[in-house]
Order: sequence, then structure tokens, then C-alpha cells
Amino acid sequence: MLAVATLSKSFRGLRAVHAASFSVPEGSIVALIGPNGAGKTTIFNMIAGVHTPDSGEITLLDKRIDGLRPDQVCAAGIGRTFQLVKPFAGLSALDNVIVGALHKERSVAAARIHALSILKKLNLDSKAHLNASSLTLPDRKRLEVARALATRPRLLLLDEVMAGLRPTECDQIVAVFRELNRAEGLTILLIEHVMRAVMALAGQVVVLHHGEVIARGAPQEVVRDPAVLECYLGEETEV
Amino acid sequence: MKLLEGVPRRGAILLAALLALLIVFPMFASGYLLAVGFLILYYAYVGQAWNIMMGFAGQLSLGHSLYVGLGAYAAAALYVHFGLSPWIGLGASIALCALAGAVIGFLAFRFGVGGVYFAILTIAFAEFARIGFDHFAWVRGSSGLFLPVANYTENDLWNLRGSPRMFYYLMLALTVGAFVLCHALLRSRMGYYWLAIRESPEAAQALGVNLFRYKMVAVVLSAAMTSLAGVVFAFYYNNLFPEQIFHISRSIELILGPIIGGIGTLVGPLVGALLITGLAEGMRELMLQLGIDVPGVKQVFYGVCLLLVVMFLPEGVWPPLAKKLRLDR
Repeated sequence: MLAVATLSKSFRGLRAVHAASFSVPEGSIVALIGPNGAGKTTIFNMIAGVHTPDSGEITLLDKRIDGLRPDQVCAAGIGRTFQLVKPFAGLSALDNVIVGALHKERSVAAARIHALSILKKLNLDSKAHLNASSLTLPDRKRLEVARALATRPRLLLLDEVMAGLRPTECDQIVAVFRELNRAEGLTILLIEHVMRAVMALAGQVVVLHHGEVIARGAPQEVVRDPAVLECYLGEETEV
Repeated sequence: MKLLEGVPRRGAILLAALLALLIVFPMFASGYLLAVGFLILYYAYVGQAWNIMMGFAGQLSLGHSLYVGLGAYAAAALYVHFGLSPWIGLGASIALCALAGAVIGFLAFRFGVGGVYFAILTIAFAEFARIGFDHFAWVRGSSGLFLPVANYTENDLWNLRGSPRMFYYLMLALTVGAFVLCHALLRSRMGYYWLAIRESPEAAQALGVNLFRYKMVAVVLSAAMTSLAGVVFAFYYNNLFPEQIFHISRSIELILGPIIGGIGTLVGPLVGALLITGLAEGMRELMLQLGIDVPGVKQVFYGVCLLLVVMFLPEGVWPPLAKKLRLDR
């Protein structure tokens, strides 16, 4: 579904991503992991249209999407969340999701119905009329997801939605994504530090280090890969 | 009633009562009170128009006097030079102001000028117009453009020549129209997108909102609506001076209403205009009665009002008032 080919990006000479390639097959859940500063969010932002790549290609369903604006990327079928949540603070949770739902729905009334069903899916329906600013952090993270889902994306980009959640909250939201993936065939690409979520969710893991892909494969294999262990824990030395 | 969709029952009753009061007001008001009433409606209307840009779409304009002035000058000049009815002239006013808004919006939004810098850009255009019109001979430059005045026995609505009462009702119609329009807009896709842009442009864009398009619509619509107030202003006062109408103090005056009433609310511009104009005129009258003559007292009064609101009611007067009246749903 999504293919990233030899993608590179530098910021004022600082090489953030270098010749990164990976793909996300339709219906799969792929996790992008790596230490801080590995370039995960930069790749995300290039896919989402926030940054334009210096070189390389991004294709969604065989159409080039690199260089498009974020709203055009959304129209192409990609929904995203932000690592630092960006709720429409002055609006109710429901209105937040309606904004997303209006992307595909013709009328506000239809968007409201769709938004309510999404809120229910994420167990936010009891808080639909609360101001987004009064929600707790876990709820705000779920609201991010609800808004993105409301645009009816083919591919969902999740930027550290589990960070800061308690293990039980994390398990709940993992269950929601599994269900969306299983029942609706939603393809998911996630950046995640919480390995508990990665192991439970991802069918495939791509490991990034210093802007380069150093490993990819099933989660159980990747965590045993010496190169991966090295980048997280440092090189093994004889004492 | 589709118009009243989403308006709580008590709110609808209060609005109807307010409207009835405003309709019968001229029958009891003296000439002076009628003039104050006109000013209140005038500020309520332009406040509402400005609120579309700032309150809904989050784009701060500090140069709305540009649209008042351009609208006023366009219709007045066409009337003075060609005897064209202001109802035809307002077409030119709307077109001119929509164009001016589009140019400012294009320059700002295409090149990523936002926040404070956008506000400065709007001031720059208003100042540019003020200085330009000072030297614009066709509209008599700095010596001012005057509309022919006579004693009218009958109201000539077609040429907007007539009694203050006629202007009062005209302004009332505009204010009601703007209120209904804004109410409908807030409940539309456009309204949702504006609020989303105001709250977080990045998040809105990620949800498929074309920022440029929706911000442009807000600026152009706000400019076009403001131009109508300019037309009425010109035919009500019958004289136009660039130094006055384009002056930055005018831009500030017309945004005080919505700021004090409550930015981004529908009722805020009305409440704010009523408070600020009502109190300012009331105080002026009081000073007159007491025989105190202090120049600039109105400006000081505005300043104090603003200070009090910022300190104690940062959301404006209306939101807490609405809560008290249980109109906030």
C-alpha cells in the first residue's frame, strides 16, 4: 500500500534521514522503531506532507504523494496523529471529530452521526460533549486517533500514541487498533517506544538508527538482531 | 425553523425580545438616543464582520478601517460623480473590498505570514489607503468628499437620503442579517473548518482542510461585509475624510466590541457594542451635565474597559453571562 524508497532529508546539513526504504503492505500493521533522534518522526512528517523529502519517493497505492500538502495527503487516504497532541481545545470532543468526519461526509448532520460512531468505538462517547481541553491525556490521545479515523483513511499513521499511557490503557487502545485492522482492514504504520505495544500489535518492525534502516522483520526476530541491540544498548566489549 | 436550529429556547425568546425592543426603540427615542442606537448597531455589525476573521478563523485584522473606508468612498464617489444609487454603488464597494481582502489574504497566506505579522500587514494596507486617498483628487483628497444634503421631507431609500430613523432601521436590518448569516456559517462545514484552523492549523490541515482556501474565504467575506457598513456610514454622515475613516483608531474602535463582548461568539459583538458605545455615550453625557470638559476621555474610557475585561473576563462579557442565563447549552 505504502512504499518509501531511498528517502533522504537533511536539516541545515544535519542528516536526519538517509536513503531509508521500507514498505507497508495493505492490511498490515508495521512499527517504525529506533532510539531518539533516529529520524522516525522526520519520516512520518515526510509521509504526512509536513516536510518535502530532499530525495527519494513515497508512493501510496502506486501514486506519488511526496511533496503534497498535508491536506492533499489526507485526501489521498492517510490519517495521522501528532506525537504532541493537538486537540481543537476550544471545541467539544464531538466537534473535534466532526471536523475530521466532514472530510468525507457531505453534510454536518451526516458527519455528526459518523463522528459519534467513531467516539463510541474509542470509548469516548460518554465524553463527547466535554471540551477537548478538559480531557485527560489518555483521552486526548484517543481523541487524536478518533479525529484521524473520522476522515476514513486507508492508512493510519500513529505517532507515539501509547507514550504516557498506563499499561492497562495501552492494552485497551492496542485492542482497538487490532479490531480496526481485523474488521475493517485498516492498514497502520506506527512509531512507538512502548515495546509492549509494538510486540502486541506489529506484524513487521522497521528499525531506524541515525536516519538509516538497520533492520526489518518480525518483532521477535528484530529484537534479537545484534545490530538492533547494539544501537539500543551499545557495543558489547570485553572486560 | 431551520434558522433557529441549535438555539436554546430561552435564547430564542431573549433574541426575539431584543429584536422587538430594537424595532420599537426609535418610536420613543430622542434624536440623540437614536444616533446612539445607530452607532451601537453599526459597531455590532462591523464587529460581527470582523469576528468572522478573528473569532472564527483566528486571523487578527487590525486594519478593518480599510474596508469601511473603501466601501464608503466607492459608493459615495459613484453617487457624487454619476448620481448612481448606493444600492448599485455597493456592488462596487463589495467588489473592491473583496478584492482588497483577497490581495491581503493572498500575500499573507501564500507566503506564510501569520500571527502578529499578519496583523501588521493589515495595518499597513489601511495606512497605505489613508495616505493614498489623501492625494486622490477624484475623491477630493484630504479636503474631504461631501454628499449633497437637503432637508428631506420623505425618505428616499433608493438614494439613501432621509431621516436618521431610516438609517437606524437599515443598520438594524444589516445587523440582523449578519447575525443570522454567522449563525448559519458556524453550523456549516465552513464554520467547523474555521474553528479548527483557529484552534490548530496543523491539526486542521492533517484532517484535510485546505488552509489557504478557508482563510481566504474568511478574509474576503469579512471584508465584503464590512464594506456595507462603510456605504451606510458614508450616506449617514455625508462627509468622508481619509484621515478619519482609514485611521487606525477606527480599526481599533470597531474591534473593541467583539473583544469586550466575547471573541468568537455570536452574541459577543452585540453585547460589546451595546456596552462600549452605550457606556461611552452615557459617560459623555454625564460629563456634559457636570460641566467637565476633558479631551480624550472617551479613549481613556475604552482603555479602562479593555483593561477590566482582560483582567477579570478574559473570554469577554458574554460567555460568563450566557452561563448565568443558562444559554450555553
